[in-house]
Amino acid sequence: MTDTMERPSTTGATQAQEGPGRGMRFTNWAANWVDERTSMSGLVKELGRKIFPDHWSFMLGEVALYSFIVILLSGTFLTFFFQASMAPVEYEGSYAPLKGLEMSSAMASTLDISFDIRGGLLMRQIHHWAALLFVASIGLHMLRIFFTGAFRKPRELNWVVGFVLFVLAMGEGFTGYSLPDDLLSGNGLRIIDGMIKGVPVVGTWISYLLFGGEFPGEAIVGRLYTLHILLLPALVVAAIGVHMVLLIVNKHTQFAGPGRTNDNVVGVPIMPVFAAKAGGFFFIIFGVIALVASTVTINPIWNYGPYDPSPISAGTQPDWYIGFADGALRLVPPGWEFQLGPYTVSMNILIPILVLVLFLLVVALYPFFEAWITGDKREHHIADRPRNAPMRTAIGAAGVTFYAALWAAASSDLIATHFRLAVEGVTHAIQALLIFGPIIAGVVTHRVCIALQKKDREIALHGYESGRIVRLPGGEYIEVHEPLSDFERWKLVSFEEYQPLMVRPDARGRITAGQRLRASISRFFFEDRISPVTQTELEAAHSDHH
Amino acid sequence: MADQGSAAPGTAVEKREAPIPSAGTAVVRSDRVENPGFPPYRPRVSDLDPKKERQNERRVAWFFWASIIGTVFAITAYIAFPIVEGDMASVRLNNGLLGLGIALALLSIGLGAVHWSKALMDGHDLVEQRHPTRGSEETRARAAEIFTLGNKESGFTRRKLIRNSLIGALAVMPLPAIVIFRDLAPAADPNALLKHTMWEKGMRLTKDPNGVPIKASDVTLGSVFQVIPEGLYDTEHPLEEKAKAAVLLMRLKPEDLHVSPGRESWNYDGIVAYSKICTHVGCPVALYEQQTHHLLCPCHQSQFDITHEAEVIFGPAKRPLPQLPISVDAEGYLVAQSDFHEPVGPSFWERVHD
Repeated sequence: MTDTMERPSTTGATQAQEGPGRGMRFTNWAANWVDERTSMSGLVKELGRKIFPDHWSFMLGEVALYSFIVILLSGTFLTFFFQASMAPVEYEGSYAPLKGLEMSSAMASTLDISFDIRGGLLMRQIHHWAALLFVASIGLHMLRIFFTGAFRKPRELNWVVGFVLFVLAMGEGFTGYSLPDDLLSGNGLRIIDGMIKGVPVVGTWISYLLFGGEFPGEAIVGRLYTLHILLLPALVVAAIGVHMVLLIVNKHTQFAGPGRTNDNVVGVPIMPVFAAKAGGFFFIIFGVIALVASTVTINPIWNYGPYDPSPISAGTQPDWYIGFADGALRLVPPGWEFQLGPYTVSMNILIPILVLVLFLLVVALYPFFEAWITGDKREHHIADRPRNAPMRTAIGAAGVTFYAALWAAASSDLIATHFRLAVEGVTHAIQALLIFGPIIAGVVTHRVCIALQKKDREIALHGYESGRIVRLPGGEYIEVHEPLSDFERWKLVSFEEYQPLMVRPDARGRITAGQRLRASISRFFFEDRISPVTQTELEAAHSDHH
Repeated sequence: MADQGSAAPGTAVEKREAPIPSAGTAVVRSDRVENPGFPPYRPRVSDLDPKKERQNERRVAWFFWASIIGTVFAITAYIAFPIVEGDMASVRLNNGLLGLGIALALLSIGLGAVHWSKALMDGHDLVEQRHPTRGSEETRARAAEIFTLGNKESGFTRRKLIRNSLIGALAVMPLPAIVIFRDLAPAADPNALLKHTMWEKGMRLTKDPNGVPIKASDVTLGSVFQVIPEGLYDTEHPLEEKAKAAVLLMRLKPEDLHVSPGRESWNYDGIVAYSKICTHVGCPVALYEQQTHHLLCPCHQSQFDITHEAEVIFGPAKRPLPQLPISVDAEGYLVAQSDFHEPVGPSFWERVHD
């Protein structure tokens, strides 16, 4: 399947054949022993020289993968000490301000991890920072995939798997955040409880079953713990497995470059360069997380105290990845609740939930939408530069703005106090941003992309501005343009271009509504477009100049 | 049973070419700029200068030695800087030094390995050919044949009775897995529980958390008290009771209160008690602005106007905070007249349904 070809120019005489030394003899014996029992050589043959293209943005997914490994390692350490129980105990640990206070075993054991077990606080902070990085890097990785069109055929399914991982990561984050049973996590659960109760017909019962009775009950921490350390991690590991297998089957995308085509992969082989780079990168990620965890406090639950339904502090914030959901709740205008006969319908809960679900659904299904619009059934292995797919980039920018508005709303009170504004004013401003922001961002991004494409065209045809002004004999001043090399120019001219779909009657002579819709969206996508420079244009431009 | 297909694999199948996939609305041009092919390799300094190569080799080794130093440092810090009970600085020191040692050990390995790969390992790009993801036509034909054989040999589509009853059995089989989750919660109906709190006639209002009863004369104008029912911590489930019964007590000038008919007797000389649990999603409405008499929920910024019976003036909440009718007992302590007259906390489907 993966017949690695070494380019003739690259096979130097660097690999000198050495006679087997003692170490080599052992390696040979061990490799033979394993292979005769597992056929491992086949796997090494298939994957050992697999080629990985290189680009800094391809590291984002690696960051996600490695921070997940860090989460697994640090989390395993934590499970040895954490008591997932809400049974009340009197705190007897060494943190003086809370001594003698009644709290749940979960909270007390978390305090013990922090203050009575050497390295415990470090592991807690590594775990929490790694979790924040995990979700963040998944998000950035998804943005990279989106803006470069790397979700196109044959990778639509892997996009969906990645999306599932994103949702699972948020679930892992939230269940973990709730485990210490401190004041903040309890209030987070209280909000979840309130949201569940707002669901029509079944909400009351789901909340009741989830919490094992009335809120807060004594069951929820143990139940979330099972989800957090068993069910969700199993799903995450399985999804990562599928994600990686599809990555190997589909092979990685690459950016356009000289010599790179839709039919090849240009880069470094797994053995040894990629293995060294990626393996080293894992240690760098782990090291950076350890560095941050040893110097920057995260989630100081001892300052919040144990959960109690009555107190709360101003300026409470969820972890960053839940912000968009919390923000959606905050942006609802007053009065969105009504009676339906004897029943209460909480639109102030339902609408935000619906908006979030729809937003996530759009993210998950976008690849299929774009494939429907272009009708392109070919495989795509060259990653787009975002400017070369202006409408996709505009849609992405609109989505980012929408998410950012929801996210900012989760800090509306902090924004208000920090900048000495009225919280009402901040909320209204973000409400406006949520609705108009995406439109403005989309239009501006679309125009910027097209302007950049025009600039690319200009440079490809006439070279770049050298900054050298020359006065011609006739008195005319010109700026000298330096021509591009063929290699540089290729990056600017090799992109796909689509034209709007023309509606045509089908076999039965009819134009269906679906066709009309597709054509109008296609027009919206591709009406304004810049074509890549062609050979003819290039030759014409050259004869102009000389 | 012998697999009939395997006797002559693919014999029934003509060799077919995969169809060329449609380009959709993509513009396919004949005069595209041609791919110029690979640029020449740009050698690195370590490719050209053996001195630089040795220098880089030493550098990589230094990184790995630094990692060993980091590991030793981490273990030393673990032993040499123990946590002293009650001393926060010792926790910080243990955390910081252990972490820095581990970070040094990890980062050095990482930087060393990456530097090795970038400066010393073969720097040429290699090329691998891609193949269409879809299986070859022979493979696909064989796969289709296997399904056909499977169907023929089992009679899956032919024996409709078996097939349909199997689908039926599989469809209902998971139901017990759903049913057995009923006992996640006790048998009692949550609705009854949600509609009552532990407040009752004559129960004293006490301070949260010490449980000291509050005299009406202690509640000065403009003051605010966090209130729990008397005996809350003697109940079986104090947190569950508190999550419903927590109350805020404030004293306003009686003329500032706009009291609706039927509620005239619910306040005592300008002292009013309102549920502290937000009617939006249940956060404690903890911030009281003394000047404006507004209550603010710190979670989602719903604001309630105490002068107008805690009606919502901003934010996502819809309903006012329920009022607890209060009076004083013979000894001058504040007591509840009854439970709340409506369910407290977040809305739920059956809230006003009996």
